[in-house]
Amino acid sequence: MTVADAVIIGGGIQGCSAALHLARLGAKAVVLEMAHAGRHASGVNAGGVRTLGRHMAEVPLAVAALEAWHRIGDLVDDDCGFESVGQVMVAETDAELTRMRSRAEDLSHAGFLHEEPIDSADLRRLVPAVADHCVGGLVARRDGAANPFRATLAFKRKAESLGARVREGVRALGIERVPGGWEVDTDDGRIAAPAVINAAGAWADRFAAQMGDPVPLQAIAPMLMVTAPMPRFVEPVVIGGGRTLSFKQFRNGTVLVGGGHRGRADRASQRTVLDWRELSVNAESACALFPIMRTARVVRAWAGIEGRMPDDIPVIGPSGRQDGAFHAFGFSAHGFQLAPIVGAVIADLVTSGRSRLPIEPFRIGRFRAAAG
Amino acid sequence: MFARLPDLKERAVVRLTVDGRAIEARAGESVAAALLLSGVLVVRTTPVSGAPRGPFCMMGVCFDCLVSIDGEPNRQACMVTVRDGMQVERMQGARKVDP
Amino acid sequence: MRDSMIDVAVIGGGPAGLAAAATCAEAGLTTYLIDEQASPGGQIYRAIADTPVADRAILGADYWRGEALVAAFQRSGAVHLASALAWDVTPDLEVAVSVGGGSRFLRARRVIIASGALERPMPVPGWTLPGVMTVGAGQILLKSSGAVPSGRVVLAGCGPLLYLLAAQYRRAGAEVALILDTTPAANFKRALRHLPEFLLAGSYLAKGAELLLSAQRSVEIVRGVDSIVAAGEGQLRSVRYNVRGQEREVSADLLLLHQGVVPNVNLSMAIGCAHDWDGEQLCWSPRLDAWSNATVGGVAIAGDGAGIGGAAAAAERGRIAALDAARHLGVLSEAQRDLRAAGPRAALRRAMRGRRFLDLLYAPAPSFRVPADNAVACRCEEVVARQIRDCVALGVPGPNQMKSFLRCGMGPCQGRLCGLTVTETIAAARGVAPGMVGHYRIRPPIKPITLGEIALLPKSEAAIKAVARG
Ligand SMILES: Cc1cc2nc3c(=O)[nH]c(=O)nc-3n(C[C@H](O)[C@H](O)[C@H](O)COP(=O)(O)OP(=O)(O)OC[C@H]3O[C@@H](n4cnc5c(N)ncnc54)[C@H](O)[C@@H]3O)c2cc1C
Ligand SMILES: Cc1cc2nc3c(=O)[nH]c(=O)nc-3n(C[C@H](O)[C@H](O)[C@H](O)COP(=O)(O)OP(=O)(O)OC[C@H]3O[C@@H](n4cnc5c(N)ncnc54)[C@H](O)[C@@H]3O)c2cc1C
Ligand code: FES
Repeated sequence: MTVADAVIIGGGIQGCSAALHLARLGAKAVVLEMAHAGRHASGVNAGGVRTLGRHMAEVPLAVAALEAWHRIGDLVDDDCGFESVGQVMVAETDAELTRMRSRAEDLSHAGFLHEEPIDSADLRRLVPAVADHCVGGLVARRDGAANPFRATLAFKRKAESLGARVREGVRALGIERVPGGWEVDTDDGRIAAPAVINAAGAWADRFAAQMGDPVPLQAIAPMLMVTAPMPRFVEPVVIGGGRTLSFKQFRNGTVLVGGGHRGRADRASQRTVLDWRELSVNAESACALFPIMRTARVVRAWAGIEGRMPDDIPVIGPSGRQDGAFHAFGFSAHGFQLAPIVGAVIADLVTSGRSRLPIEPFRIGRFRAAAG
Repeated sequence: MFARLPDLKERAVVRLTVDGRAIEARAGESVAAALLLSGVLVVRTTPVSGAPRGPFCMMGVCFDCLVSIDGEPNRQACMVTVRDGMQVERMQGARKVDP
Repeated sequence: MRDSMIDVAVIGGGPAGLAAAATCAEAGLTTYLIDEQASPGGQIYRAIADTPVADRAILGADYWRGEALVAAFQRSGAVHLASALAWDVTPDLEVAVSVGGGSRFLRARRVIIASGALERPMPVPGWTLPGVMTVGAGQILLKSSGAVPSGRVVLAGCGPLLYLLAAQYRRAGAEVALILDTTPAANFKRALRHLPEFLLAGSYLAKGAELLLSAQRSVEIVRGVDSIVAAGEGQLRSVRYNVRGQEREVSADLLLLHQGVVPNVNLSMAIGCAHDWDGEQLCWSPRLDAWSNATVGGVAIAGDGAGIGGAAAAAERGRIAALDAARHLGVLSEAQRDLRAAGPRAALRRAMRGRRFLDLLYAPAPSFRVPADNAVACRCEEVVARQIRDCVALGVPGPNQMKSFLRCGMGPCQGRLCGLTVTETIAAARGVAPGMVGHYRIRPPIKPITLGEIALLPKSEAAIKAVARG
């Protein structure tokens, strides 16, 4: 039997970030990863580092995370390909623009100034190639994007250099309460620790249930497409106001088109199947906002498996039932950006029982009635 | 670098342009074959380093023969059959911007 | 539902696909043959219906043997979708087909993939220069345009196709200046124990000897070449090579490379069929049952796409897969299937005789598969072998993880031309078998299609049915 300060189930960016922050506080965690670190959502996502348009409950975490991204090299010794190119949300109608303005106002009342409304002229300065009918938008100038797999690997490597162990190819089979903590059964022996952290992404509901916290998690498969190189025509990341679209051009000219359209996820085989009817809608949106995209050639499309909660915000915090058990999952397709801060919050909770930021809205107990 | 054999079966002459210059091909030929047979070896420069490239595999595998055909960029010249009046443009780096 | 569906979609119009489609259609099944080429024939019989090459001796009897296959296909009533790319097959067996800039879904009850072979990459320094092409490319120009090279031509590599093209060029009156043969001398020893079986398959021997003699009479052949560099600024000017420790250089206008063919597995991989590393053919092959069914339900794979066996074997494997499809669809009983398959199975055994000998004899040397540090491995993203080795040293274990660092395999060719090189280079650097390293995760569309085309795809269930019926 191995013994550790904490066992983390899941070697995505959340598990690796928790391990890294625990190590900074002197606690040595073992991360169990059934595939390899970054194999799932964390390695294949769009890399969007976005505070723009976040659920109000997530704003404090997202803003703190953005600060961490701007100094990401200090945290993980690698720039993770992070570029602060800004993110722009495009309004196609006046009604959308009005909604965006009032959102910015609400945020500023709450003390957050990162989202600025822009008019049609500003929009064209920032995004010259945008379609003629667009009327304005919202911009978060310090937002940007990073390279997801590289970032996940950087978190993993830094955690390891500080004393964490990341065991790839080792699957957690079940967890069991024992006096003084937990035992995790794996396909390669058992591990005991006073604390266990459930960062198993789309597979996390199983472990939540074993901790006494059943949740209605849905495994979803958001899809992305990438094109052959195009001349440089857009600098910031662009998202749709009225349609689900996310759009980013890389330095090499290739364009990433996404927007949360879903394929099919199969958790057992860890595979996804694309749904072209859905991608077709996505493609139509991209062509509508950027007519230049019509002749862009899609080189590849893929999907990642992600855990989604019914209210589209994650579960972050201690178990509602058991001591020494913690959750960080259900990021509902926007958890990459939050990773630097969620890991810190989890490390706080494990070592001191307190979080540096408000996480009440993310408590697992909120589903108790629903999940029975 | 390539030439047609002298005693081929008769095929209709097809006229197309490459960067505005007129060339002749034979019906049934691929655009890539037509380019090579009229002495065009380099059909594009790469988006990564700007290096010159020409058709390599002639069977749709390598994507080194990418050209713009009738305004549509990034088409595999070896997989498209020539047509009268076709306008072929060689591509510089990442494709040209459309109007 | 039924009437909006076809019975069998055959993907690929080479000998395997043609034979499979004809067999299905003759059994009374609604059959579509989807092929990227403008006319039927696949690689070996490319342009057989419309080649301008008038003198039949040039392409040779083996080529013209394809006429019967094409004729049988055309008689069979199978529908031919030409210049059509199958770019995905969903788990419900909807085949995404792109024709003339528009895509639609064809819903099939069975799918037979007959995607054939690709030439194995031969990543020597300078192989991206204009003026360097493949032997297959040279042959395609001959078959479909009656084109032969002018200027100084060098052929380099190994395998029967190299000498076949040399013979075809000679018969066409085109001159080849030099053949650089890279077959490792040690191969013969390894292949030797399969020689008896090879000798039994008399036709191969006769053919091979004829090709070699024909080449030797007219071309200078240098054997035992262990390194090749294509040199020139912006265009090929010369070929440098090493033979028994001696460096030589010849001027050249055209260098045609070849070191055998490997299964074209992009579609079968993209749709999730399991593949295994074949340690003898040094490539990935789909995992199949005795009737060529893949691990994805309803999908069979026939011909060279299922492992290299050559044209005669491809046609028989196409027939066998088709008979099992007919059994699945209820038009043949199991007993009828077995009875009808007896002939093709016997023919397949004959066709495969001597294959092991050839595989071992022509196995390309490691130094031409795992390239020198300065050679480009991924042509699309211009990644050289040294970068791959540096990444392995950083702890990057496989091709998929490497994409994030080097972008290798992420260009438009989708890893077709660098996949094997990258896998074998990583394997060599890590000191493990290629099977342990794995291949790129290939994703549809298996070839780039425009966003506009995707935007116009049917979006509702009803629309899809209407398209499939139309
Ligand atoms: C296509 C796509 C695009 C996205 N775009 C963005 C974006 O632009 N911006 C953004 O902020 N977010 C984005 N996201 C969301 C983001 O990727 C996720 O929220 C984030 O990566 C979640 O991290 P994770 O570590 O919880 O999950 P994961 O990376 O999925 O990690 C969970 C890990 O747990 C492992 N595991 C599961 N069960 C076991 C077990 N029993 N034993 C051992 N290991 C186990 C899995 O193998 C997996 O590696 C996107 C997601 C997808 C799919
Ligand atoms: C360039 C080249 C030249 C060759 N020349 C010879 C020769 O002269 N003599 C010889 O004995 N052997 C030759 N071979 C070996 C050849 O592989 C076999 O002899 C034989 O052609 C294999 O038959 P097949 O039916 O399996 O596949 P192929 O003949 O390769 O046919 C496969 C067909 O499928 C099509 N295809 C593939 N994927 C898709 C898709 N997704 N959608 C639509 N269509 C698709 C291809 O365009 C092709 O037409 C050659 C191989 C290559 C690569
Ligand atoms: S020449 Fe290789 S794809 Fe056209």
